Amino acid sequence: MRILYFAWVRDNIGYSQEELSCPKHVRTINQLAEYLKLQSEGHARAFDNMNAIRAARNQQFVSHDTELSDTDEVAFFPPVTGG
Amino acid sequence: MIKIRIQQEDFDVSAEIKSMSSKTVGAIATFSGVVRDSSESNSLISLTLEHYPGMSEDALEKIAAAAMQKGSLEAVRIIHRVGRLLPEDNIVFVGCASAHRHAAFDGCRYIMDFLKTDAPFWKSEETQEGRIWVSERKKDQNASKSWLSKKTKKS
Repeated sequence: MRILYFAWVRDNIGYSQEELSCPKHVRTINQLAEYLKLQSEGHARAFDNMNAIRAARNQQFVSHDTELSDTDEVAFFPPVTGG
Repeated sequence: MIKIRIQQEDFDVSAEIKSMSSKTVGAIATFSGVVRDSSESNSLISLTLEHYPGMSEDALEKIAAAAMQKGSLEAVRIIHRVGRLLPEDNIVFVGCASAHRHAAFDGCRYIMDFLKTDAPFWKSEETQEGRIWVSERKKDQNASKSWLSKKTKKS
């Protein structure tokens, strides 16, 4: 699974993307975030408050209970602030 | 016709207006978003915009298509700049061309309201005190939601 990070999520984690194969029990955006928290202190900081996190699956905004597959591109970022 | 651009370079508003005119267009409304100093200490040095390449183009395309469908627009332009910008620099341009003014004005408002909530761009401010990420505004959420409850006007 390809995982991308933007804005302060990336700043906390320290890099903008990674490839991971997740254990079978990781099936949703929320479960992926929980799993990523264990990867480093930066990840734990980034996913500390999931209310402040938005996610996309294959470049579409999705809710945190969306199911994922291993071939998905998943992105985590704060609420958007363009314009 | 819809044209979307995401770029570092500045844009030329009058050239964009010219590119939207045609014999059937009677009204061209445009919106320009400009860098202002919104930091508490009035010490904005620069504003940096980043985006999610691929998804950001798709999101703007979708918003433009919805605006076209909603009003009777003949042309829509959205240009969003990314990278490091200075106070008074242009950030975003929206242009809507239509036979009549109401559709053109509404198109610009609709596009900007959804651009604020549905397009993956993020701003960070560089001030004397350091760099901070801009947080979302409740007002922006309410503005785009209010379109969803409005009845579509037939023109």
